[in-house]
Amino acid sequence: MASSGSGYDLSAATFSPDGRIFQVEYAGKAVENAGTVIGIHAKDGVVLGVAKPLYHKMIVPTTASYKRIHTVDVHAGVATTGFLPDARVLVGRAQEEAADWQEHYGSKVPPHVLADRLGHYVHYFTLHGALRPFGASCVLGGYDVDTKECGLYMLEPNGAAYKYYGVATGKGKQVAKTELEKLNLHKQDAESSMDVATAVKNVAKILILLHKENKDSDGKPMELELSWICEASKWKHAPIPKDVLTAAKEWANEQLEEEDEDDEEEEEAMEEG
Amino acid sequence: MMSASHSSMVNPMSSNPYGLKEGEVSTGTTILAMPFDGGVMLGADTRTSMGSYATSRSTDKITFLSDHIFCLRSGSAADTQAISDIVKHYLSHLTIETGREPLVKTAAHLMKNIVYSNKDSLSAGVIIAGWDPVEGGQVFNVVQGGSCLKQSFALGGSGSLFIYGLMDSEFKEGMTQDEARALVKKAISHAMARDGSSGGMVRTMTVTAEGNKRDVTPGNELPFGPVF
Repeated sequence: MASSGSGYDLSAATFSPDGRIFQVEYAGKAVENAGTVIGIHAKDGVVLGVAKPLYHKMIVPTTASYKRIHTVDVHAGVATTGFLPDARVLVGRAQEEAADWQEHYGSKVPPHVLADRLGHYVHYFTLHGALRPFGASCVLGGYDVDTKECGLYMLEPNGAAYKYYGVATGKGKQVAKTELEKLNLHKQDAESSMDVATAVKNVAKILILLHKENKDSDGKPMELELSWICEASKWKHAPIPKDVLTAAKEWANEQLEEEDEDDEEEEEAMEEG
Repeated sequence: MMSASHSSMVNPMSSNPYGLKEGEVSTGTTILAMPFDGGVMLGADTRTSMGSYATSRSTDKITFLSDHIFCLRSGSAADTQAISDIVKHYLSHLTIETGREPLVKTAAHLMKNIVYSNKDSLSAGVIIAGWDPVEGGQVFNVVQGGSCLKQSFALGGSGSLFIYGLMDSEFKEGMTQDEARALVKKAISHAMARDGSSGGMVRTMTVTAEGNKRDVTPGNELPFGPVF
């Protein structure tokens, strides 16, 4: 990296002469190397998904010891990636903020406020020489009890907390973002807007696709962890039911096989031409 | 308050229900709030007293908390002014952070927390009433001691004891704005006629989504009283 040796990357408290804070950028690298997170804001809910690479055959997936999606409050959840111990601190803070809000105001914290407060918290760690920025990122999905609307946000190591129609972070985020854009989530007209059931399938599909495309991970075990907030979950943050997840995986694999076959046919046609 | 006794005990049925100290300025009071079709109607008398002396005959006990939420104060004038200022401050912060109107139940929750955690040093009984886009017009009674009750209509202050029967018999759900205002004026006039520490004028406040409207009825134009 061009910055190494210049001395401007030793602390998050110092800008480089061209206006960058390298420690924060390095924290971003920690996120880019960890498992993928995808979130979709559908017309009738939100879906969060993570791909969990199983580093060792003997790791037991989907237990509390290797949980990547956490419930923050009844109506909100976060999917995490990056340096997982850092992510867990973020989750703890989110849970605290939600509980404090309820204690103080006697109502549920609106998702945009929760995202904003987490953003402030993460940003604080980029200001002090004595602190290390978060090597983690998380996607927050929430339901606003007052407006009856869902929201999807991503928190970055620099403290940014933007709202998204669809978002991906972690390993292979560029490919995932391209796939998300193809779903036209940002075109909010009635015909192209996606429902939660379709969003679940597509999250599974993109996560499996990324796993297969990556040379390092293909063939190695991987576990999908998906959660949602929608009418079926009574607007609570909940893991996706097992049968729905199994069906989504099957659909995803079929789709990917079909697409592979189409590609091969196209290639053959090209060769003949 | 009928009179200021030395008792510091809080007993809602005594002649000194807020446990005021001798010489403490009190909004010995009649306050009343009720929802109607599309908003809430608040009403209050305007007397402030120190024992048997009326310190003020034009007090405004209908106190602003946020654009569509008000509180009605009874008990110690100093205490209730101070805590409604605090709640007003919290709500203005909340409005900025969330970017939307606060809920009436949030205002009541904040008020309740303050009254409850300082129950040994406060003399305060307040009614929080207002309108919000989620639940419409609502009324909460935060009584001495710090419990918070959502009510279909709320009465408070020393004069309220005289008009429970009247309100029980005349209050209906879904009244029109004019019906609600007429009932509030009538009930408070009756309380003022019988309660020595309620009096002066009747102030009302109409809170709806469209905005708020004040109204004052002078003491010589009341629908009832005086009695001799």
